[in-house]
Amino acid sequence: MHTRIYKLLSLLVIVVIIALAIFIYPKYFNNLIKSINPNFLGFPEKEFRLGLDLQGGAELLYQADLTGIKTEDVGAAMDGLRAVIEKRIDIFGVREPEIKIMGDNRVSVQLAGIKDPNEAVKEIGRTPYLVFMEPKENYEEILEINQKALEEQNYDKMQDPFTPTDLTGRYLKKAQLNFNPQTSEPVVSLEFNDEGSKLFEELTKKNLQKPLAIFIDDELISAPIVQDVIVGGSAQITGKFTDKEAKELATNLNSGALPVPITLISQKSVGATLGIESVKASMIAGAIGLIAIIIFMIIYYRASGFLASLALLFYGVLILSIFKIIPVTMTLAGIGGFVLSIGMAVDANILIFSRVKEELREDKEISSAIKSGFSRAWPSIRDGNLTTLLVALILFNFGTSFVKGFATTLMIGVVISMFSAIIITRILMLAMTQTRFGKIKRIWR
Amino acid sequence: MIEFIKHSKIYFIIAAIITIACIFFLLYFGLNLGVDFTGGSILRFEYVADRPSIEEISAKVNQAGIASFSYKDLGEKGVIIKTKDITEDQRKSLYETFYNDSNIDKDTLNFDKIGSAVGNETKHKSIIAIIIALAAIIIYIAIAFNKVSRPVKSWKYGIVTMVILAHDIILPLGVLALLGKFASREFSIPTLTALFTILGYSVNNTIVVFDRVRENLIKKSGEFKDIVDVSINQSVSRCINTSLTTLFPLIAIYVWGGESLKDFSLVLILGILAGTYSALLLAGPILTKWHALSRKR
Repeated sequence: MHTRIYKLLSLLVIVVIIALAIFIYPKYFNNLIKSINPNFLGFPEKEFRLGLDLQGGAELLYQADLTGIKTEDVGAAMDGLRAVIEKRIDIFGVREPEIKIMGDNRVSVQLAGIKDPNEAVKEIGRTPYLVFMEPKENYEEILEINQKALEEQNYDKMQDPFTPTDLTGRYLKKAQLNFNPQTSEPVVSLEFNDEGSKLFEELTKKNLQKPLAIFIDDELISAPIVQDVIVGGSAQITGKFTDKEAKELATNLNSGALPVPITLISQKSVGATLGIESVKASMIAGAIGLIAIIIFMIIYYRASGFLASLALLFYGVLILSIFKIIPVTMTLAGIGGFVLSIGMAVDANILIFSRVKEELREDKEISSAIKSGFSRAWPSIRDGNLTTLLVALILFNFGTSFVKGFATTLMIGVVISMFSAIIITRILMLAMTQTRFGKIKRIWR
Repeated sequence: MIEFIKHSKIYFIIAAIITIACIFFLLYFGLNLGVDFTGGSILRFEYVADRPSIEEISAKVNQAGIASFSYKDLGEKGVIIKTKDITEDQRKSLYETFYNDSNIDKDTLNFDKIGSAVGNETKHKSIIAIIIALAAIIIYIAIAFNKVSRPVKSWKYGIVTMVILAHDIILPLGVLALLGKFASREFSIPTLTALFTILGYSVNNTIVVFDRVRENLIKKSGEFKDIVDVSINQSVSRCINTSLTTLFPLIAIYVWGGESLKDFSLVLILGILAGTYSALLLAGPILTKWHALSRKR
């Protein structure tokens, strides 16, 4: 290759390092150019996307009770559940809430920045679970038993005379507050979607002259006697509501009755302070680690060590920019993976330099020693990075968010570090051998 | 040149003592599994001013309907409260009790509750992940050493690599068992993640040394044990330097990086130390001993 090209490329590397550094932390640069001329456009001030553990917030894990849902409907029911929860937490104004379906029957809700997760839990939980129930076959019998039990005050003997049907809130199209024209009592009118209408029609046909109970959140609201087969899918809930209660019920039903009942099985909430402190502490730790590596590399490998440190800086700013652009959600585990990857990034350089030193000992020319050092170190570099990638890949599929965050940054780190340690260092080294430093063998050993 | 093989007995004895001690700790104390795996809840917060007495805090927890829990001071004003798996009502009242306490700095309030079903699942998943990782590594080793080699059969390199891997993992596990018993440190998902990372690191270190051995067997002539010695010598600076550069940031995380990444970095530091020791001082000597023994027969 033409000899000057390495020098040009090296210059480019340094320009890229500076540009990316400004991209990562544009504040000072922007202030500077704005002070020169306020009309200049600065770098966009984009923030890193911080995970819950760093900015504070709550993560809630719900388990859905899918009994009674056909296997083929499970997906739809879970999607419905997700949508409903999304609507519910909208009122919190959380920036980018993350609601994800985990596995078959779980929903994870991540709310960044909220202080009191109990409020969110309440809000999500308040969503009424609406279900229509029909009388059991021995309805009359059970009623008699219950009556007797009530007289004897033997409450343990009481039984539930109703059994749930398929008709639940997931078939609801609309709920509305109305008033009975005669009594002017509040009623909540329901309108079902097509499927729900069909179910309702069947139910009323089957239970003609029998009571059909409406339960909301496991509480009997009313059990009107079915007078007629109802076609068209509209029903009314009457009960002993106050106007306010009826209105709330209608709104809650509208904003989405849960298609399936859910229980909260895990909750994590992180205060904002711990997060901020962790970020600061890890950043300081990362910087100290980086400086220690640079000092060590320059003392031990001299000129090559200096160039490897430049390549390491290139690696650092490049990977942080990538985290910002994608954006990768930064968690504590992710920072752990990143800091670890700084250490691993120079491994490849060390392998190369050991080989270069050996070649120089055999009295080879500097540039040819560098070239064969690179090619002879390659198999070890490849193997080492492959094992790390392999483990990171397994970790990524393992699931929990901590592990995923770690595996993601580690994988990105391994790939980028191979590029910086091999290609960037090589460009820098070959460029430097063409200057007068290239003649001084002492500084390369 | 340092004659490594000559002193291999000393390395074996040191490694054996440490490994046996760690296995003993592991079997005798077991791992102190954290809530990630057992289910339960952890509440962590700091008081604005002085921390009240344990009795006062206990009374508050009891008020929330939780009878048994463990309590630990955290720094100057902080508190950690741990419970077993609790019901939704208990969770609510526990959280509310402390959230509504005006003496507590709300920004420091952290709360984890993990259902025991979720904990069990995590345990189960971890075991599967460990099995997959080990299988993948065995396949990887088989591929890495699949070329026919003389005078030591290539599968022997693979077996020694696995032995070294076990050695590297047992040290941090033993220390974790010890810390779990006497410092009530818990085995958490971060520690597990660190252990996984050691798997890759250990195998890689051993392979680098063995690659040298195989390279030198082709290039040089001489006794097997001398060739191993030469190979170890050629790997020394490389092994120690890569470990050092990885240790720098890890030690920095351990010292300055805050509570949450302490165990994570500790396990990695221990694993890398064990890995460097074993790659340089155990891998080659074990292989040489094995070769010598099989020739005697």
